[in-house]
Amino acid sequence: MLANGKGAIRIEHVDKVYDAAGAPVQAISDCSLDIRAGEICMIVGPSGCGKTTLLNAVAGFHDITGGSIWLDDEMLCGPGKPQAQPGPDRVVVFQNGALFPWKTNLENVAFGPVVQGRMSKAAAREKARELMAMAGLSGTENSYPGEISSGVRRRVEIVRALMNDPKVLLLDEPFRALDSLTKSVMHEALLEIYYKNKVTIFFITHDLEEAIFLGQRVAIMTTRPCKPKKVLDVDIPHPRDYSVLTSRRFRELMEETVHAVHEEAVKAFEAGEKEM
Amino acid sequence: MSAAAPAAALATGRTRGREGSALARRVRRAVVSVVVFVLLWELGSRLKWPWVGDAPPPSAVLKVWLPLLTDPGYWYSWYQSSRRVLTGFLFAQLIGIPLGLAMATNRVFNDLTFPVFEVLRPIPPLAWVPAAIIFWPTQESSIAFVTFLGAFFVVVINVLGGAKSIDVRYFQSAYSMGATKWDVFRRIILPATLPSIFVGAAVGMGITWEVVVAAEMISGGGGAIQSSAGGGLGFFIWNSYIGFSYPQIVVGMISIGIAGYISSSIIRAVGVVCTPWLRTR
Ligand SMILES: Nc1ncnc2c1ncn2[C@@H]1O[C@H](COP(=O)(O)OP(=O)(O)OP(=O)(O)O)[C@@H](O)[C@H]1O
Ligand SMILES: [Mg+2]
Repeated sequence: MLANGKGAIRIEHVDKVYDAAGAPVQAISDCSLDIRAGEICMIVGPSGCGKTTLLNAVAGFHDITGGSIWLDDEMLCGPGKPQAQPGPDRVVVFQNGALFPWKTNLENVAFGPVVQGRMSKAAAREKARELMAMAGLSGTENSYPGEISSGVRRRVEIVRALMNDPKVLLLDEPFRALDSLTKSVMHEALLEIYYKNKVTIFFITHDLEEAIFLGQRVAIMTTRPCKPKKVLDVDIPHPRDYSVLTSRRFRELMEETVHAVHEEAVKAFEAGEKEM
Repeated sequence: MSAAAPAAALATGRTRGREGSALARRVRRAVVSVVVFVLLWELGSRLKWPWVGDAPPPSAVLKVWLPLLTDPGYWYSWYQSSRRVLTGFLFAQLIGIPLGLAMATNRVFNDLTFPVFEVLRPIPPLAWVPAAIIFWPTQESSIAFVTFLGAFFVVVINVLGGAKSIDVRYFQSAYSMGATKWDVFRRIILPATLPSIFVGAAVGMGITWEVVVAAEMISGGGGAIQSSAGGGLGFFIWNSYIGFSYPQIVVGMISIGIAGYISSSIIRAVGVVCTPWLRTR
């Protein structure tokens, strides 16, 4: 048992077979990955390889067909318990965002503590206001998500996730839909939030530059069925800022990743999958 | 800050002024549209254009209409039809919304009810009239029933469709933030379905007006034949037809149009208030 602090995720020999309509799809096969407490672990891999499937299994949105997933000393799912119970210790931020359009940004951010019965509505809103101010979101509290730009929306959503005091943030390509300028601002905003909160971050992306810039480690997944092909240590010290992007070490790591990913992408392509 | 405040006030004042003039523009266009329509109709009627040539001109209609405005019998027709529409409409909402939500959220319940629902749904409300007259004790209740049916199926289909098309990510993120099933129903399913509920209500309201008028014609005005115009607007039209009063037929028709317009405007207004997040789209 490692139990090295809070928020370590241990994925052990996980299998996942989708079997809708009698055509089994093996999305994950014998996948093992240790995510250390408080680290940013980036997941990259060809499109359709099963990254989202893995994240959803950790979140508890669907079952696994083999292996086990642990959060610190607690077995989330495994033998005898195929599906994890979703909960505020592992909050998900989706690619296209899932802010509730019928709630104002403030109500969205206050949602978690209120439904958990952890805070009164007033107290939750007070805390939400504080967190939003810290993330530079003052002034957007009473707007609806439909009224703010996609970059701001993404920031609201991350703040909404943090309101739950999660041990782990599960991010599924959260910045994919953003333009590169907004994206770079979001990266620095995320790091700033991370340095303050020290949660574990499980971050799926297609963007290799993003992966190396943010991650302490980058897990490069094989084409479907998904498992880590290679786990890269990004030995660039945190805190980081954008000057890292032009450093020699960054370029080297980038090259290494590109090779590994490209190999898998070609395999996926030849296997008839979409190219990443 | 003291400098920013008046500037902000000025800005909001200006936008409000712009919104005001936009509204004025739209009202102006509406007036133009009605006036042009009436003028063309008058012209067509006088010049004996084909098709409109046989219709009474607006001037003749107005001549019949004006005295009616002080006739309690005419207003009683309005009252009768509105009451029936409202009754049928409210019952359709009261039963249809929970039913639609239950069908959308409970697989077993859906499997048990949907087939029957889908067989009954294509039957036009008016096809129910004879059966309704036979099975319900009073004419009034059979008209109310048929009116109810007119809105009911539309309400259920809209609620069902709205609740079923909610993005699964909303459920997932709610559960991942610790929501219970009840939280999800109350805080996700209900508000997410609200826009469809209002669409169903607006369409349903239109259909109840269509149905009530036809039901009144067929059933003879709910037994209120004594007063020449006390059986609702449908009977009012029918009665005018029997009495060869063509301008009065048109008065009845336009009255229904106005009543329908008022009811759907009210629903739209309530909808805008209840779904403030859609205002930005
Ligand atoms: N509900 C499902 N039923 C059946 N097959 C599914 C289901 N969800 C995903 N799959 C399949 O499982 C595989 C992995 O999907 P997944 O969404 O995890 O990939 P991904 O790595 O996240 O891809 P992307 O990078 O495009 O987001 C795909 O081949 C997909 O078609
Ligand atoms: Mg994915």
